[in-house]
Amino acid sequence: MLITQLKARDTIASLTEGKKVFIINCHGCKEVYFPEKEAAALQKELADAGNVTGIMTTDYICNPENMELRLKKHMDEINAADAVLVFSCGVGVQAVSAYLEDKPVYAGCDTCRLPGFQGVTPLEYDCGQCGECYLNLTGGICPITACSKSLVNGQCGGAKNGMCEVDNNMECGWERIYRRLKEIGRLDVLKCPTQVRNYATDKEVSQQ
Amino acid sequence: MKITELFERGEFVVSAEVGPPKGFHVEHLLEEAKTYLSGVTAVNVTDNQSSVMRLGSLAMCKALKDEGLTPIYQLTCRDRNRIALQSDLLSAAMFGIENLLLLTGDHTSLGDHPQAKPVFDLDSVSLIHAVKQLEEGVDLGGNKLVGEPPKFAKGAVVSPCSDSVDAQLAKMERKVRAGAEYFQTQAVFEPEKFIKFMEKAKQFGKPVQVGIIIPKSAGMAKFMNDNVAGIHVPDEMIEELKKDKEKTKAGITGVEIAARIIKECRPYCQGVHIMALGWESKVPELLKQAGI
Repeated sequence: MLITQLKARDTIASLTEGKKVFIINCHGCKEVYFPEKEAAALQKELADAGNVTGIMTTDYICNPENMELRLKKHMDEINAADAVLVFSCGVGVQAVSAYLEDKPVYAGCDTCRLPGFQGVTPLEYDCGQCGECYLNLTGGICPITACSKSLVNGQCGGAKNGMCEVDNNMECGWERIYRRLKEIGRLDVLKCPTQVRNYATDKEVSQQ
Repeated sequence: MKITELFERGEFVVSAEVGPPKGFHVEHLLEEAKTYLSGVTAVNVTDNQSSVMRLGSLAMCKALKDEGLTPIYQLTCRDRNRIALQSDLLSAAMFGIENLLLLTGDHTSLGDHPQAKPVFDLDSVSLIHAVKQLEEGVDLGGNKLVGEPPKFAKGAVVSPCSDSVDAQLAKMERKVRAGAEYFQTQAVFEPEKFIKFMEKAKQFGKPVQVGIIIPKSAGMAKFMNDNVAGIHVPDEMIEELKKDKEKTKAGITGVEIAARIIKECRPYCQGVHIMALGWESKVPELLKQAGI
């Protein structure tokens, strides 16, 4: 199982400041604990400030076909937004980010680990459940799972012809991230402060 | 001596590289270093290069220093977590080792212990950040160091002929912002690519040493083209190595090629870093031919 926790208010404020956002909540699988009340309160604040073009609450956005059907009903609201803020596990954020190619997609939650069944998670969007979601700094592609070394400050020098030094069938995760950030016009996030991973968040919640 | 001081004085800084042996007998290596590398400013010591287990970089740096050479301590994030890395940095400071080259490191799966756990607790950028913190008297845990903090020349690497050069430049910028003071590059065989890279990299205002490998044979060149990231030996160069097998075997062709690359790159950079890969004996001739 996994558990999602809201990111700090300041973090979310810095992502949404001066921007119109479309919000997606995924109350997906029963294997995920989602902080519904806290998320609703936060979203009400954003909506009251007039920054929200629409809110969609659904389930299983990790299922691309399902997500596509749901999102199609909201495309006007999504197009009117500068960014999409997703409150789900890391898989959901990555699935939305891959679908909305030219729109910045941000994670509103951190995803932590909990023992048990992991829910419906298509393999192409893996979430490391590291408890410190990096998707907002990486164009919605998880560096923990997409990079063989789980690097959080950019690629190593090991990729050959765009392929990872560990597995030449696997594309370099950071080259994907770089390309995606370029596509959405957010290469500036690479100028963020040096990231030092906090492994204290990377343990099963039940052990905390 | 910190090599950053030489860059500041405007010197063209030459370094070479020594790979510690798989064993603890270093007399021969020290003798070679003294004989062939006395003309270079500093000597890098690799850290379990290519993820192959060897004698430690720190110990070899100390041995070289005792022989009067200036070592550059290479430190990777593959084998140690942040506690061990910071501890080794303090050990280096105690030995009077002042020059660092801070890297992420190859993955364990590429080396001779593919079963080993890859650590990567930190990466090249956060390791540079950690060194900077130590220099300010604080460790990564936020705890104060006792006594005068260490001071190093903080080096990093960049791959100028990589097929994703813009992403490399973005990473280089992160390293500069984290505190990198000088750069050594992956081996360059395409000076025109290196020159283009330097046009963009000069905005960071940090000295760059062009990386040089003396090509030993056409086979080696092809192997690097197929397997080594960021290296491409052009076809004409491979033909040149094929032309006269005896001349190539004797290292004459390789030294000619390497000297030519250095000469072409020299106006655009602040130094050269030679990875001789066992051909340390050719370094003096290479420097002579390159006019250094």
